Amino acid sequence: MGTEKYLALTQFYQQYAVAVDQADWDTWLGLFKEDCTYKVQSRENYDRNLPMAALSLKGKGMLKDRIYGITETIFHDPYLQLHMVSSPVVINESKYLIESQANYTVFRTKNDGIAEVYNVGRYLDHLQVSSDGIRIKSRLCIFDNDMILNSMIYPI
Amino acid sequence: MVLGAKEKGKSMNQDNSIPIMPVWDQQDTSRIPFWAYTSDDIHKQELEKLFYKNHWCYVGLEAEIPEVGDFKRTVIGERSVIMVRHSNDKIHVLENVCAHRGMRFCRKKHGNAKSFICPYHQWNYDREGNLRGVPFQRGVKQDGEVKGGMSEDFNTADHSLTKLLVATRGGVVFASFDHDVEPFEDFLGPSMLTYFDRMFNGRKLVLLGYNNQRIPGNWKLMQENIKDPYHPGLLHTWFVTFGLWRADNRSELKMDDHFRHAAMISTRGTGDGSAETTNVSSFKQSMELHDPSFLDVEVEPWWNGPTAVMMTIFPSVILQQQVNSVSTRHIQPNGNGSFDFVWTHFGYEDDTPEMTERRLRQANLFGPAGFVSADDGEVIEFSQEGFEQKPFHRSLAELGGKEIEETDHMLSETLIRGMYDYWRKVMGI
Ligand SMILES: [Fe+2]
Repeated sequence: MGTEKYLALTQFYQQYAVAVDQADWDTWLGLFKEDCTYKVQSRENYDRNLPMAALSLKGKGMLKDRIYGITETIFHDPYLQLHMVSSPVVINESKYLIESQANYTVFRTKNDGIAEVYNVGRYLDHLQVSSDGIRIKSRLCIFDNDMILNSMIYPI
Repeated sequence: MVLGAKEKGKSMNQDNSIPIMPVWDQQDTSRIPFWAYTSDDIHKQELEKLFYKNHWCYVGLEAEIPEVGDFKRTVIGERSVIMVRHSNDKIHVLENVCAHRGMRFCRKKHGNAKSFICPYHQWNYDREGNLRGVPFQRGVKQDGEVKGGMSEDFNTADHSLTKLLVATRGGVVFASFDHDVEPFEDFLGPSMLTYFDRMFNGRKLVLLGYNNQRIPGNWKLMQENIKDPYHPGLLHTWFVTFGLWRADNRSELKMDDHFRHAAMISTRGTGDGSAETTNVSSFKQSMELHDPSFLDVEVEPWWNGPTAVMMTIFPSVILQQQVNSVSTRHIQPNGNGSFDFVWTHFGYEDDTPEMTERRLRQANLFGPAGFVSADDGEVIEFSQEGFEQKPFHRSLAELGGKEIEETDHMLSETLIRGMYDYWRKVMGI
């Protein structure tokens, strides 16, 4: 992969982090393709080939419904997210497709609270490259935590 | 200011002091003292009296250990145990504490083992928990002399792992440290057994996976959450809006004779809803899904009507059927103010791939990230915060009166009152 393309890829990972950290859900949605999949799954399920996931969304419609849930229907303690995303490893690439992964750490800060390590894991991605940039075909967030700290509201 | 007689006679719950010996200073169980959730002493007693004696506790599904030698590490109360398949039709549950130096030797969450070896001194146990061998039991020969070794009267047969009593039914495994516990079927009682058998009717279960969450609240709050049919139609917008659980749905609340176990049984309504139900602020008339497949429900013959049956098996597990999503939810306390909540989702051997897909899709409603269940963990956390803040106070469970009775509607907190009636008897409080 050329430096130009790798730079765009790195930029994409950081843009994603900025969008979720700013709770900028329109931008977040815009990073996905229409027929995308988005899954947040424990490493235990992933390693054991068990299909269950904490969140498993197919298609942008479901992603929109999730955002509606987050903003309108699920009662939860407000919190901030801060993502630290490593530089991506390219697993496979062709002209229009990139298979890549990157590690992430999510810190959670609640009102009146102090930042805590909330979730750590890796993104396993299939990305589409086109003239209008990179879009997510599928993103699998595989987290190491055996226990989710009570609830998981926002996307990782 | 001199206190009048009236003020002096204030009941305990208005007094800002916490009783040293907790006394149930309420008339009945429509009031629940906060110390029931905040006292560490109460918690230790609960572990002894509810989890380790007299009760059957959930350990897992047979589908989690399909092959001979397969094991799963789990807990009963706060004691680590191993569920292991000894043979095709025999499952053992053993305490994960070495008979020698007390080490929790099994570290893997699951696996396959011919025997269990404690790495510390390599004491070796078979899958029934019997001690098979001890290194250097007869000492070591040195200069023609035997040196060291265990005492003459040391007998491996006296040093098994703690073996639990095991009951399996319909592919679900329960165990008890108490070998004098009543038979599992009697423990559930006839009416709860009917609902248990409805869900576990002999078909083989297929494991779909887990969702684990750590909830910073007292474990009883989770039992109460699923004995509380008042909240789903209010807290859970999805349930109200799509008629999955609403005050005007046809429903029943049932209990065993001791009031410890319960079932909330409900049949999904049309979705239009009466004014009483749609006037609640969580009802969103205009809410429409971008992807309606979240609610692509297929009626299954085994339901025999109800679209949701939520069972609480006291003290350790919740059995969930919410339309096509079926799971067990295991309550694993850690201290009085926190518990781990382990969801095991499954399907049935005769499920079509579409049905498996449907169960997985509907699982988005449940678990720590669920559209419906995420808020349950949150309200439990904040309830605990309230209890810690004023442990001398009490909560109220008076919906549907102060009596304990089965109902044919869901506007009642009778199941919570029932649970505390039983709790007080067993705890001697
Ligand atoms: Fe709930």
